[in-house]
Amino acid sequence: MPLFEYAPAPESRSIVDLAPSYGLFIDGSFEPSKEGGVFKTVNPASEEVLAEVAAAGPEDVDRAVAAARRAFPSWSALPGAERAKYLFRIARIIQERSRELAVLESLDNGKPIKESRDVDLPLVAAHFFYYAGWADKLSYAGFGSTPLGVAAQVIPWNFPLLMLAWKIAPALATGNTVVLKPAETTPLSALFFADICQQAELPPGVVNIITGAGETGRLLVEHPDVNKVAFTGSTEVGRQIARSVAGTRKRLTLELGGKAANIVFDDAPIDQAVEGIVNGIFFNQGHVCCAGSRLLVQESAYDAVLSSLQRRMATLRVGDPLDKNTDIGAINSAAQLERIHSLTEIGSAEGAERWSPPCDLPAQGFWFAPTIFTGVTQAHRIAREEIFGPVLSVLTFRTPDEAIEKANNTPYGLSAGIWTEKGSLILAMADKLRAGVVWANTFNKFDPTSPFGGYKESGYGREGGRHGLEAYLA
Amino acid sequence: MTATLLPTSDLRSVLHGLPGVDKVGVEARAAALGTRSIKTTAKAAAIDLAIRMVDLTTLEGSDTPGKVRALAAKAMRPDPADPTCPAVGAVCVYPALVPEAFSVLNGSGVHLASVATAFPAGQAPLAVKLADTRDAVAAGADEIDMVISRGAFLSGRYDDVFAEIVAVKEAAGPAHLKVILETGELGTYDNVRRASWLAMLAGADFIKTSTGKVPVAATLPVTLVMLEAVRDFRAQTGRQVGVKPAGGIRTTKDAIKYLVLINETVGDDWLHPDWFRFGASSLLNDLLMQRTKLTTGHYAGPDYFTLD
Amino acid sequence: MPKSSTPTKKADAAAPAARLSVRKTYKLFIGGAFPRSESGRTYLVNGDNVALASRKDVRDAVLAARKAQPKWAGATAYNRGQILYRAAEMLEGRRSEFIAIGTPAAEVDAATDRLVWYAGWSDKIAQVLGAANPVAGPYFNLSAPEPTGVVGVVAPASLLGLVSVIAPAIVTGNTVVVLAPGPQAAVTLAEVLATADLPGGVVNILTGHPAETAPWLAAHDDVNALDLTSVADHSLATDLERAAAGNLKRVLRPPVNPADFAADPGLRPMTAFLETKTVWHPKGF
Repeated sequence: MPLFEYAPAPESRSIVDLAPSYGLFIDGSFEPSKEGGVFKTVNPASEEVLAEVAAAGPEDVDRAVAAARRAFPSWSALPGAERAKYLFRIARIIQERSRELAVLESLDNGKPIKESRDVDLPLVAAHFFYYAGWADKLSYAGFGSTPLGVAAQVIPWNFPLLMLAWKIAPALATGNTVVLKPAETTPLSALFFADICQQAELPPGVVNIITGAGETGRLLVEHPDVNKVAFTGSTEVGRQIARSVAGTRKRLTLELGGKAANIVFDDAPIDQAVEGIVNGIFFNQGHVCCAGSRLLVQESAYDAVLSSLQRRMATLRVGDPLDKNTDIGAINSAAQLERIHSLTEIGSAEGAERWSPPCDLPAQGFWFAPTIFTGVTQAHRIAREEIFGPVLSVLTFRTPDEAIEKANNTPYGLSAGIWTEKGSLILAMADKLRAGVVWANTFNKFDPTSPFGGYKESGYGREGGRHGLEAYLA
Repeated sequence: MTATLLPTSDLRSVLHGLPGVDKVGVEARAAALGTRSIKTTAKAAAIDLAIRMVDLTTLEGSDTPGKVRALAAKAMRPDPADPTCPAVGAVCVYPALVPEAFSVLNGSGVHLASVATAFPAGQAPLAVKLADTRDAVAAGADEIDMVISRGAFLSGRYDDVFAEIVAVKEAAGPAHLKVILETGELGTYDNVRRASWLAMLAGADFIKTSTGKVPVAATLPVTLVMLEAVRDFRAQTGRQVGVKPAGGIRTTKDAIKYLVLINETVGDDWLHPDWFRFGASSLLNDLLMQRTKLTTGHYAGPDYFTLD
Repeated sequence: MPKSSTPTKKADAAAPAARLSVRKTYKLFIGGAFPRSESGRTYLVNGDNVALASRKDVRDAVLAARKAQPKWAGATAYNRGQILYRAAEMLEGRRSEFIAIGTPAAEVDAATDRLVWYAGWSDKIAQVLGAANPVAGPYFNLSAPEPTGVVGVVAPASLLGLVSVIAPAIVTGNTVVVLAPGPQAAVTLAEVLATADLPGGVVNILTGHPAETAPWLAAHDDVNALDLTSVADHSLATDLERAAAGNLKRVLRPPVNPADFAADPGLRPMTAFLETKTVWHPKGF
């Protein structure tokens, strides 16, 4: 029994006013699905049902796209300064309602309140603030100022509201209108965002939110009257979408999976590198496309890094997402948990050595202890396939060239990490790493001004920064 | 008690071979630990532990026997209205006031720390610093807080700094030696790490952040670097060294953040007044106010606690 | 005896005799506070005694601006943008007050929108002006804009004019000392800024006669740049530019035709007060 036990420090749920059911947000108001479908969304930490939401069918998708189409001419004709002020209003309301939205996000997604409060929500507000300011400055951005029309946007469950911000903010700033489908297991923050659009008096039809599962998403991106498709999710679905838009005039951006190498040299600032490794794979339960899921540690530093890492992992607290001291929350769904189990079993079966710190996992809900596999090589499946959970594969290297070879030896190319005190090494590695985001002596850092996106099968197009405007302009 | 000595000609390569500290990373880690939420029973336990860790300090030119007597009395019985309130760890005074403090504290269990070595600037000949130390111990101090020569450290004369600490340790005899690094003058976290190791290699029983007499005193990130250093030093040499942040720690909230830092960096072995102290004066009353709030359920005011 | 020949305030004509109004005192805005002129002087504007800034007030304002500058430049661009947006919120809230002191409604709206425009530049100007330079060698090379420091501004009297010279200077991290000829809009704008979480000293506004104080500002060695956009008198502008050459201040000259603040400002009001820093670092192992 440790000397200093932190008592439970629960964040109150009472700030969130949850209705028992929600409709689709089309043309400025909520209405049930025309086909009548509904489904439930649960709290993955307890399996408690949070609410019932509508499942959009073909007619609903049609109506939503039509509403966006109707709203497009006047929205795009508005002076940029006026569009900017709508987005600034939305940003401000998000700031004022941040605590409520953070609690909601933790309830629906399973991520710790510490993260939704300190990382997700501040970035959401910042994204809207940033792109609001571009709406009347497009002539300086270098991509012209003609919007595309109606954007179909499909987002994943790992950062629900943040992914919504990454999609909607640039689309609206440039004069497009949107139909967005949140993930099936995390629909609620998008529906609350719809409420914020009403609060901001956003013209009806500019933003439409349709809830549903994979089929709804497919109907949406394949709809003939959308001009632009933006998708964040698995590489497999991204491939299907790329096939479906072939031969059409629809513009496409994809932000897909990753298997990032986090490279630690023997002259790294060791304590901060260990923080970076932990942050890289255990932040958000490892449900991060750019997670540092492969640790490439220089052989000469192996013992020091591993023992520090294991010592550090023992202080990670897994538990109730609404407890302010929780570091690792629930796995988002039973399906995802199953996938993590299956891949980790394969890891052991293929001969890698598995280790987790001692961990009390709750009985109800979906949970996985932070885990590392050592003795992993490039040939192991757990070094190649995206697990999307709190599981780190540890490999070694001897020279910078070898690190680069191993880091690049993957169909993915989203991100990479480099840990060393030597500047010229950082810059040379960054040059050679085939990844869209390179973090040196840090990891999992995001900012609305900083473009994000992948090489190779991690997708194409960039979100964030001046570069993020290009995808939404003709 | 004897220092783990290395050939001093290797001192520079040892100190410069330590892993670097990334400033942004270490400050982010300290800030993240500062968001831990410590409530109810955990908070009550933390407050009592923090009280026991306080080195109740007065280091003013205007200190008098009367002032020190009052301080010592408060140190032994911080809350006259509540006998369950623990005593503090130590009283910390200038050498001239040690006899007065000793006359009050002797036999109480509260330690008596004296600053020495021409505190705070340390700009005096070695003979004076050693005499300062011996006299304080002779007068009854069982702990000595010395200052390192920052000038020598910053100009790279590590051997001189080392030799001075060894000499003061010898002069201190049975007293525990705390070595003040004056982290606010060292400029970088890398230097804080190096100075920590230098002090420990030379035989320090405790490493301490500050004199409290320069603008920048104890901070969470600096203390984090020092905790990492004592952790690594014990792993390498087997010897445990204590840590004392001093100056600028005024609220219970701050103190609890430091306890979280200890808990998640070095663990239980340092969660004890023998291995961690707060150099503070006004902190004590805030701890007492928070302690009272937990037992009575409402906020207290300064009128209800004694000035020392 | 009033020194001015303009008439003293008329009694509240239309209001019922019941309530006497509380008149505003028009003081300087320095370091986030509203002090009187150290000279104790005032001048009459529409029956109000307005602080008349002296060279020592200029000196104090420059000190305040210099003191505030490092921290303001060190704030994140996001933070500066938020503060300018909050200033727009405060200005919107005082719409009717500005109209009451004579600013046309359309101009108040334009000034508010201009603040919003500049708020949005804070975290974008570096992306438009900065560059990664493809030098012919194994070097990382980056150029980025940085604020020049303390900017002296000889300001126009109108609200839109004031916002159009102050906002572009401060959004990038400069601090300003503003010589304002017409006090009412200037001081009311100071109140807007004082309630917008703007740190003290970032904007300092001195009411009075610019012809008297501008030469002191132009010759001050601790001022880095001078905005002469609103100096209509060519010979005064020339004298000021000559004085500014003493420490090679960056000078923004008055335009050939009087400035049209309603037009799109472009980037020049910001770039005039920005330095470019280029950093090299080798790449290799």
